[in-house]
Amino acid sequence: METFPILIRKDGKPIRYLVVDDSVFARKNVAKMVESFGGEIVGEAGDGCTAITEFDRTTPDMVLMDITMPQMEGIEAAERIVRAHPDARIVMVSSVGYQENIVAALQKGARHFVQKPVKSEILYEVIKYVMGDDAAVATPAAQES
Amino acid sequence: MKIELIQPFINAADAVLAETLQCPTRMGDVTMDEEAYRRKGVASMVTIKGDIEGRIIFDIDSPTAAKVASYLTGSPVPESDEVARETVCELANMVIGSAITTLNDQGFKFKIYPPVVHADELGEKSSEDQEALVMCFDTDSGNIFMNIAMRYNRRRRADSRPS
Repeated sequence: METFPILIRKDGKPIRYLVVDDSVFARKNVAKMVESFGGEIVGEAGDGCTAITEFDRTTPDMVLMDITMPQMEGIEAAERIVRAHPDARIVMVSSVGYQENIVAALQKGARHFVQKPVKSEILYEVIKYVMGDDAAVATPAAQES
Repeated sequence: MKIELIQPFINAADAVLAETLQCPTRMGDVTMDEEAYRRKGVASMVTIKGDIEGRIIFDIDSPTAAKVASYLTGSPVPESDEVARETVCELANMVIGSAITTLNDQGFKFKIYPPVVHADELGEKSSEDQEALVMCFDTDSGNIFMNIAMRYNRRRRADSRPS
């Protein structure tokens, strides 16, 4: 896997992620990528309902959320999370990337969209962009400590 | 089935398999499946409803599915393992999602349902109304099959209107 400079929070701690996808395989794949960026997986969910409860339990820095899921789809879950936590950073990660789906997700409060198959370099840049000033690339000294 | 419906699936499978498996893919035989669908190995089905309706089955023989899963997870996966089934579902999801994106951008409106494992040995027989087309993609890991049975709902509605 390609290596990337470690991304950390402003306070020097790892960025905490909640990964939501009905496919265990897809969750593991995304988790492997964000861990390679220096992130920490604090929760996983296989549907929108569980995503909401897991968000409340873990209060992650970022949610990586699939769209097509059983019980409750990702866009509805994103809307409910953002309604309760307006600062939530949610990035939709889906194989279905048509315009109206993306627009709907953004209108409901998602911050960005990444199409599957996920390319690690794209996910890295999107995370960096969405975290904005709340994240930084770790200096070599910080990485060693 | 019209080529405008099929081409996005061919393009999506070609692109997603090449990207995911990091190998060139070659498209093999394309055949009409007039009999009931018969599962080849590990199969995942995605249902579509809307202007276009039908189902797409992604089907990989068990040794190939295990090889693909092993490649993608970076560790050996036994043929009967759940991870192999998960891998086939996710590959189906990515290929079909990509094709659906193209069709949606062409103006077709529909809903895609999450992939489900097709555990039955036999599926429904195709009909005059909904022909099934089977495509084979040759990869370094083995053959991957896609069985598509779809119909235009919009046209059917238009055709059924009294003149």
